[in-house]
Amino acid sequence: MLQRSLHSARTGVEGSTESLMRLRRQSRIREAVIQRLLLTCALVSVFTTVGIVVMLVVQAAGFFSEVSALEFFTGTQWTPLFQPRRFGVLPLVGGTILTAGIAILVALPIGLAAAIYLSEYAHDRVRRAVKPSLEILAGVPTVVYGYFALTFVTPLLRNVFPDMIVFNALSAGLVMGVMIIPMVSSLSEDAMVAVPRSLRDAAYGLGANRFEVATRVVMPAATSGIVAACILALSRAVGETMIMVIAAGSTPRLTFNPLESIQTMTAYIVQISLGETPHGTVEYYTLFAVGLLLFVMTLLMNLFSQWFVGRYREKY
Amino acid sequence: MKNGLAFQRHLKVRKIKGNVLSTLFLLATLTGILVLIVLIVDVFKDGLGWLDWQFITSYPSRKPQEAGLLSALFGTLWVMALTALFTFPIGIGTAIYLEEYAPDNRLRRFIQTNINNLAGVPSIVYGLLGLALFVQALALGRSVLAGAMTLTLMSLPVIIIAAQEAIRSVPQSHRLGAFALGATRWQVVRRIVMPTAIPGMLTGTILAMSRAIGEAAPMIAISALVYLTFIPKDPTDRFTVLPIQIYNWVSRPQEEFGHLAAAGIIVLLVVLLTMNAAAIFLRNRYQKRTEE
Repeated sequence: MLQRSLHSARTGVEGSTESLMRLRRQSRIREAVIQRLLLTCALVSVFTTVGIVVMLVVQAAGFFSEVSALEFFTGTQWTPLFQPRRFGVLPLVGGTILTAGIAILVALPIGLAAAIYLSEYAHDRVRRAVKPSLEILAGVPTVVYGYFALTFVTPLLRNVFPDMIVFNALSAGLVMGVMIIPMVSSLSEDAMVAVPRSLRDAAYGLGANRFEVATRVVMPAATSGIVAACILALSRAVGETMIMVIAAGSTPRLTFNPLESIQTMTAYIVQISLGETPHGTVEYYTLFAVGLLLFVMTLLMNLFSQWFVGRYREKY
Repeated sequence: MKNGLAFQRHLKVRKIKGNVLSTLFLLATLTGILVLIVLIVDVFKDGLGWLDWQFITSYPSRKPQEAGLLSALFGTLWVMALTALFTFPIGIGTAIYLEEYAPDNRLRRFIQTNINNLAGVPSIVYGLLGLALFVQALALGRSVLAGAMTLTLMSLPVIIIAAQEAIRSVPQSHRLGAFALGATRWQVVRRIVMPTAIPGMLTGTILAMSRAIGEAAPMIAISALVYLTFIPKDPTDRFTVLPIQIYNWVSRPQEEFGHLAAAGIIVLLVVLLTMNAAAIFLRNRYQKRTEE
């Protein structure tokens, strides 16, 4: 009787260790499978980058086999759709720089001032109400800004500049500037808030007032973050599309007169996409040559801003 | 005495300068919000009169009085649903891999840098990728599926970064406690990390989706400017979305179409507002639960 129960107990223990082993083996396999699956997910983003680069380079190669790189980068006329065809990209780059420049002239002072206000002046409750409302600006769809620029800002500006063209760089740039205010203010404010309290206290102790602390202590200490914010905002402005398509016009022109109609790189891509251009023609390939240039420009700006933050960050 | 006077004067100047500039800083902060209010008032003034049931239930038309955005509204819903379906698992999976599984090595840093850079790629470049890869190379045509896959690639970096933040907010002690009890890594992720992080992940996903449905540029590259008088029945159908329809109306010279564009913008803003409200609701519910 006793022996039998001992025996059964022993087999029970053996059985349970065996099933435990099996369970452990199963869970090890499951863990390995799950890890692979998750890695596959993570690799999707790597393949996206590879896809973008390969796609742009291969198709742009189709373009450069017919048009010389010299003409593309130094030509000052862009007329790929009518004779005589010219493929100088500078008017598109000029239009892009002009509108992005106007936008940053709006966004930099306003965004920086807002960041100083939120970080140095505002009470906590005010900041918690104001910051999200500012960020709504970045969430409004860009067609809406385009509509606003064309139907509200342009007529308003034409009261001031009667000879302004309906489609012009100025109102598109101004409205885009408003759109990127939260990019400048939000990232700059993060950099300012990160400046340690002791630096401010020391300056206050020497008799500085709030304005002096903000501009002579906090801003210099947060420079790396502020510069990075501005470059990111600029890169966003260079890549912005719909405001430019709707309000800035579609006449590639190398000019620095903001009252004229211009065309940005992004707007050109949209213009060609709209026409359902046949696959394989030079017009079709210009899409990717311009796209590649746009991609490289924004990538360089983003990389530069990351490098700048790492290189010039003040450490406390 | 003379020095004292100069000091007093200097102090006064400093004080005035400080006060004037603090007012300027406040005004600058309010500028953005003011423009937002003007924009919304302007759109509602132009479009509210044109917004009615007929506008929502009609197809686009050459006659502004009969035109509506039914096909665009359904196109947006289709694309949004498919995009969410693709983006959520891939985005969350990537975030979990980077935060919970990947050792701190070159591969992890490479993937992370890569994601940060993808977040800065202009949306129109994603449109070109979709055109060359999905529409042409994979021969999906200008379909709902090609559009959704393009938007998926575009929104992934945003969702991954948001999900990573949500995962990082889970206290390390919870993980260690579970590991000490013999839990495997996946058990820790599933039972400990996910329940706490999921509201943050959902919020991030909704915000990324609301950005994606407002995007017109990549969708124009995929779908072109089409004049559709049907609702997509399955993912291989051609489609149009709200921002494209709005752009179509904005670009016409007749004034009536401008009003239609404004009415379309109101519909788009209402859809976005609903999604953002859902995100805020989720965040608040989650915050209350942690306070208990």
